[in-house]
Amino acid sequence: MSGQQPAADVAAPGPAIVEVFGISKRFGTSQALSDVSMRVPAGDSRALVGRNGAGKSTLVGVLTGIISPDAGRVRFGGEDAPGIAERQKWRDHVACVYQKSTLVPTLTVAENLLLNAQPIGGLGWIRWGAMRREAERVLAGWGMELDVEQECARLSVEQRQIVEIARALIQGTRFIILDEPTAELEGREVRRLFDRISHLQSTGVTFLYISHYLEEIYEVCRSVTVLRDGRVVAEAPLGDMAKGRVVRAMVGDAGPAAGERRRADAGAASARKAPALEVLELHIDGAVFGVSLRVAAGECVGLAGLAGSGKSEIGDAIAGLVAPMGGKILVGGAYLRGGDVTDARRKGVGYVPRDRHARGIIPLLSIAENMTMTIVEQMGPAGIVMPGRQDDAAANMVSSLQIVAASTGQPIQELSGGNQQKAVMARALASAPRVLVLLYPTQGVDIASKEALFAIVERARAGGAAVLIVSDELDELSVCGRVLVVFKGRLTEEFPAGWSSEKLVAAIEGIGHGEPAG
Amino acid sequence: MASQRVDAVEDQPAALRRGGPLLGLRELTLIPVIVLVIVIGAFASDAFLTTDNFLNILQQSSELSVVVIAETLILLSGKFDLSLESVVGLAPMLGAWLIIKNVEIGGSGVGLAWWLAIPVVLLTGAVVGAINGFLIVRLRLNAFIVTLAMLILLRGVQLGTTSGKTLFDLPAGYLYLGSGKWIGIPVSIWIAAILYIVFGLFLRYHRLGRALYAIGGNAQAARVAGVRVDRVLWGTFIVAGMLAALAGLMLTGRIASVVPSQGQNMIFYVFAAAVIGGISLNGGKGRLLGALTGVLLLGILQNVLTLAEIPAFWIDAVYGAIILIALVVSWATGGTAEET
Repeated sequence: MSGQQPAADVAAPGPAIVEVFGISKRFGTSQALSDVSMRVPAGDSRALVGRNGAGKSTLVGVLTGIISPDAGRVRFGGEDAPGIAERQKWRDHVACVYQKSTLVPTLTVAENLLLNAQPIGGLGWIRWGAMRREAERVLAGWGMELDVEQECARLSVEQRQIVEIARALIQGTRFIILDEPTAELEGREVRRLFDRISHLQSTGVTFLYISHYLEEIYEVCRSVTVLRDGRVVAEAPLGDMAKGRVVRAMVGDAGPAAGERRRADAGAASARKAPALEVLELHIDGAVFGVSLRVAAGECVGLAGLAGSGKSEIGDAIAGLVAPMGGKILVGGAYLRGGDVTDARRKGVGYVPRDRHARGIIPLLSIAENMTMTIVEQMGPAGIVMPGRQDDAAANMVSSLQIVAASTGQPIQELSGGNQQKAVMARALASAPRVLVLLYPTQGVDIASKEALFAIVERARAGGAAVLIVSDELDELSVCGRVLVVFKGRLTEEFPAGWSSEKLVAAIEGIGHGEPAG
Repeated sequence: MASQRVDAVEDQPAALRRGGPLLGLRELTLIPVIVLVIVIGAFASDAFLTTDNFLNILQQSSELSVVVIAETLILLSGKFDLSLESVVGLAPMLGAWLIIKNVEIGGSGVGLAWWLAIPVVLLTGAVVGAINGFLIVRLRLNAFIVTLAMLILLRGVQLGTTSGKTLFDLPAGYLYLGSGKWIGIPVSIWIAAILYIVFGLFLRYHRLGRALYAIGGNAQAARVAGVRVDRVLWGTFIVAGMLAALAGLMLTGRIASVVPSQGQNMIFYVFAAAVIGGISLNGGKGRLLGALTGVLLLGILQNVLTLAEIPAFWIDAVYGAIILIALVVSWATGGTAEET
């Protein structure tokens, strides 16, 4: 077991601990990475930033040997990376602390640290005392303290991160990727994490730090690599790169050309009418703290925020999926009963959930059935579903939304992603809603379907529906007039029609209001 | 997936077909197996191909088939109920116990009228279903372990109440469902047939029936679409319990007594029939008609094995082996590779 003690030499811009050249990776029709090159010198701490879908996860996958690139090379310390099957060798070079735990929850800290490397006596019996002492020694050697006999299931997020980092160090890894490590930490814990990172850095450990909170990277990192649309668009020491420039690099200067196309008429004129949707002082346990908003009939409003900002919970609450702790929701002047999907629908809410596979479609059931679920009471008397009526309703939706399907009786799982999403949209529209709440309505669909879906939304809006698009994709927000920004459960900013992408992104990422990390 | 290819097409395909097939291939896969067993039966014994023998098979399968309906409802919704077989024993036992005056032979001394005892039987099933539903739907406990514990518990209650005695000498009215005949055909066959038609139509053409498929297929999506998932599930457990109680009453009527082991091991055959009939253990998939072919296969098989004079001690082994073969055959023909 080499290198349990911190190496003495302080980081210097020496040889690259990791280098990638010309990495490209394509998934289906989408180019996740194109010709990405990056070099991280030993002892550096590098921030990797980019908007959703910029290719960060794919790059991390390539760097950890989970994803095999279509082209390009990865080198560790000047040597070619091991083959994709040699998991153990990759582990010697690189470790990644993900948001999700990779520890065995039922084993103790010591067992997790020395999994498959336990000190053993004769006949392979494990020496528990030696294992405990070894684990304690290693943790102390890196300046970390923890009861090594606890079960990992009981650890806090902070402690879990310590164990994951320590495990990487024990394996001799000196290059550690931290994937949004502060997302679930509180202010004090974030501070301790930063201290720990700088301590480890001083002992020669190199970090690649991924975070949505730009403020943070200026505290812990020395340099930054910015990805956009699968390409490296900037790489520089952070000292040379002001926040504004980082944001600009993330957003690109596509700006008005792509962004402004639909905004102009997205219902700004009707904003003064009586609101079709009104949310008053909405509180949701642990997610939303006093949010109020109104959307007028014929208006399209965006609700933007990072993952975990509470924006999805607001959408879910309007749809009746989450019972709010406090506050009121009115649709067309009628109060919604909290947490009652049917009530919300009857009062006029149409809803497209995020992630159609998990929450949208019922894969084995027919298209007709999937689409008519929200109007099942119109399908016949006394709860009877008359197949003829169901097929007629479905056939109408299929033709009006131009869904490509062989038959209304076809299981929905056989449709393409774009057409599945159209079917989920059709279901939301089937009950002729006055309020349409759409969570990431075009996620994971191809360009043509995306345009078609936007056209459907626009048609509904022009027909008088109030539309609330919950998303952080600029593409999706670009069809909105006003955009509201949620940050950590509170509305922080409102952008009137004609907003600039750059300022919106800065607001979404939480720059310029409040402390970044708690 | 052909997603990209399909997506690129802007216009509609020439003609959109309406509806789906009424009969899936999956529902027919057991038919050849059943035919094969019938042919073998015809060779094995002269007594096999007679009207009396077939009525006999149907009558003996009727209680199993009603419990299979109950289990199918629950399996379609993505859950699990092992305790149905205990209800088959306990529910008619409680009714009989309340009827019998003589404490010496295991009665309660209450002397309840038989026509009042029958609602008690059905209510017992409903109560057990409601408790299962509470534990599984409300407390989110694992259905397998909850209903396993319930199975053992109810079996114990049955034994304890009667001190292991067989209850007999029951009024004819109480036994009617298992012993009466309408136009020469046992009432229990009629009941099973009617229930298959009613529940088959219910599952296909009623919103609650479709809700079961939706919940079993993707409970989250069903909830988002406005299905009251918890309420429907709870109701399903209650209805299933009542069906199992009814099956128990039919069984008691046929054998004119309640033995302490009534219903014991039945659940294995219930699952076997449902699964070889194409009901997915993962929920959301399968049709009642398929489950019926599963029941019929098992019933005919049992009959053939008996008539073929397979030594009694070996019948179970042969039975088990043939169920495995039926599973493999239906897998090979139905292509249900995703089944686990």
